[in-house]
Amino acid sequence: MPSPTDTTQRSATISVLVDNESGVLARVIGLFSGRGYNIDSLTVAPVDAAGMHSRINIVTSGTSMVIEQIKAQLDRLVPVHRVADLTMDGPHVARELALIKVVGTGEQRVEAMRIADTFRARVVDTTLGSFVFELTGATEKIDAFIELMRDLGLAEVSRSGIAALARGTRVI
Amino acid sequence: MSAEHTQSGAEILLRALKDQGVEVIFGYPGGAVLPIYDALFNQNAIRHILVRHEQAAVHAAEGYARSTGRVGVVLVTSGPGATNAVTGLVDALMDSIPVVCLTGQVPTHLIGNDAFQEADTTGITRPATKHNYLVKRPEDLARVVHEAFYVARSGRPGPVVIDLPKDIVINKAPYAEPTVQHPSYRPRTEPDLGQIAKAVALLKQAKRPMIYAGGGDITAGPAGTEALTKLARLTGFPVTNTLMGLGCYPASDPQFLGMLGMHGTYEANLAMHGCDVLLAVGARFDDRVTGRLNAFSQGSRKIHIDIDGSSINKNVPVEVPIIADAGKALNALIAAWQASDEPTDKPALASWWRQIDEWKAKDSLKFTQDMKRGGIIKPQYAIQRLFEITRARGRETFITTEVGQHQMWAAQHFHFDKPNHWMTSGGLGTMGYGLPAAMGVQIAHPDALVVDIAGEASILMNIQEMGTLAQYRLPVKVFILNNQYMGMVRQWQELLHGSRYSETYSSALPDFVKLADSFHATGMRAQSVDELDDVINAMLDCPTAVIADIAVDQAENCFPMIPSGAAHNEMLLGPEHEASGAGITDAGLALV
Repeated sequence: MPSPTDTTQRSATISVLVDNESGVLARVIGLFSGRGYNIDSLTVAPVDAAGMHSRINIVTSGTSMVIEQIKAQLDRLVPVHRVADLTMDGPHVARELALIKVVGTGEQRVEAMRIADTFRARVVDTTLGSFVFELTGATEKIDAFIELMRDLGLAEVSRSGIAALARGTRVI
Repeated sequence: MSAEHTQSGAEILLRALKDQGVEVIFGYPGGAVLPIYDALFNQNAIRHILVRHEQAAVHAAEGYARSTGRVGVVLVTSGPGATNAVTGLVDALMDSIPVVCLTGQVPTHLIGNDAFQEADTTGITRPATKHNYLVKRPEDLARVVHEAFYVARSGRPGPVVIDLPKDIVINKAPYAEPTVQHPSYRPRTEPDLGQIAKAVALLKQAKRPMIYAGGGDITAGPAGTEALTKLARLTGFPVTNTLMGLGCYPASDPQFLGMLGMHGTYEANLAMHGCDVLLAVGARFDDRVTGRLNAFSQGSRKIHIDIDGSSINKNVPVEVPIIADAGKALNALIAAWQASDEPTDKPALASWWRQIDEWKAKDSLKFTQDMKRGGIIKPQYAIQRLFEITRARGRETFITTEVGQHQMWAAQHFHFDKPNHWMTSGGLGTMGYGLPAAMGVQIAHPDALVVDIAGEASILMNIQEMGTLAQYRLPVKVFILNNQYMGMVRQWQELLHGSRYSETYSSALPDFVKLADSFHATGMRAQSVDELDDVINAMLDCPTAVIADIAVDQAENCFPMIPSGAAHNEMLLGPEHEASGAGITDAGLALV
């Protein structure tokens, strides 16, 4: 029984399997905005060969009672097949992809390249005065890399938001 | 389209409606739905009721649905037709009423083009419906219609919109029979027996039990309401109802404590506050019911039966959640109760009832009517007489209401022994609901007495429907408690805002007797208490629609009242009682 007095905020990674039909993403997003829930990250794409189903991964935060409510509200949407709370249901892996543009020359540029090596970021575009790095990993790793680039000419960031799966044999 | 399809989309639509058992549509024509109206013209299976405003079409469908347990159907045109329907849709959503609303749309090639009478109907109605569809391919049409009815009536019911571009209803389309299973939407109806066992264990131990039942028990149909009565008889537990639940348990039963919540009875609210085991059935712990949440029924262990999992643990955490149809869950509880050898605490229950009887003796709904000739009519008395006279006449009676003080007085003083006879806008609180809802009820029950208990302000919000009553000779009785104020707002201004009656006086009211006359109905008026019974009797005898304008005490407030932000045991009783209650806090002032 979730307690209403428990005000501890937790982060939750929720995966939702939905019919791949028009308006379904708007339904999910509208539910979050209409009921005042947070969306920290959101990804969506078809996940079966026929393109019949899409998977939406949402990172949200709130008290346990709010997160239970979010899951129940998602579950009652008509085109929703399954809702899973990856954070609560057991260990899971979550990854995101980021493209990071760094502009600079000289020592800064060399340093950026060195750090990129350490993070196993790939260079996907380069000019004499810029790099675009591609970096995949946990959100914290990408945050750390971006933070380091801030002093080295960070110009622009594009992040995918997370994709997540349960570890082991479990499926949604 | 292949050659074998010989029917237009409009014909396919009507065929699908017929296969869904639809007999009546409430609607209003317009450009985008002309082909559907043309198809309606050519058939006799489905009756169309022409309303005077699209909002009223939805309320009429709600009245039809609530009084029959069937799905109400609405047909409106694109653009303003659809946007006018939105209030009705949200009303049906909040009160879980099954409605299918067909909206016209501009042809598919014009969608997004800002075409004439174009609106993004699926976008606008997404948060206003349980689900909605835009039909983009003729081959989807029949399937979508069947699916919409399934979604509207199953699980926790609600409104569903089908947006129909004009080319889709003109072009030829194939037919599809109703299918049995929906790919993703399969609400759970059977209770978990482990939870049922836990619930029975709790109920058996209860010293101060309470059953709190809402609209969900009525939605569950006769199985739900019969099982509730059976369980109450079996256990001897007290029962209260929400506004939406009135009628699901017989009001004349001695175990009934009346309505609970903001304007509920003293005994119902104090029993909620003091109980040790609370069984909630098809009710959603709405803020009008709970009062201040952190003081709500703090000492009770709670069991909650609801078909909608998101209603459980939303406002109030419960120990035993049971996600199921109310009838099925209650019958499972009855079976498990009977199978259990566990004794109940009879002495504790008897002492609980003694306590409840003490609270009952307070007679919290008491009012004093001046019976002298020329005495001002108390609104409560007007409803009490309406109830007594209709009961004495014995005719099947349906009551609808608008929203405000008259609605609460009707809930307090008109008593329902059967479900589906009380139609009121509970969740959304829509002024203007009652008249069109009464229209829908009268269509479904042509021989019954249908009374809209109204206020003089609310009734004007959909007064144009008097025209519909005249056209279809619907003998709906509009019983206006006329206090010349938006009474409930005035009451809050008196109690919370230093009696500054900002914009709540009903200035420039029409002459309701003449207004009735101009709409081909019969108008009558009672000015004082000695005229009241005659007017009620004349109204009930009248074969036509009636507007009865009952002049009532302008200063009367609706009590008891739990002020916003207060707890159940901090309720204000009326002037008939000594000073009581905690008054209103600053935090309460901010609440609605």
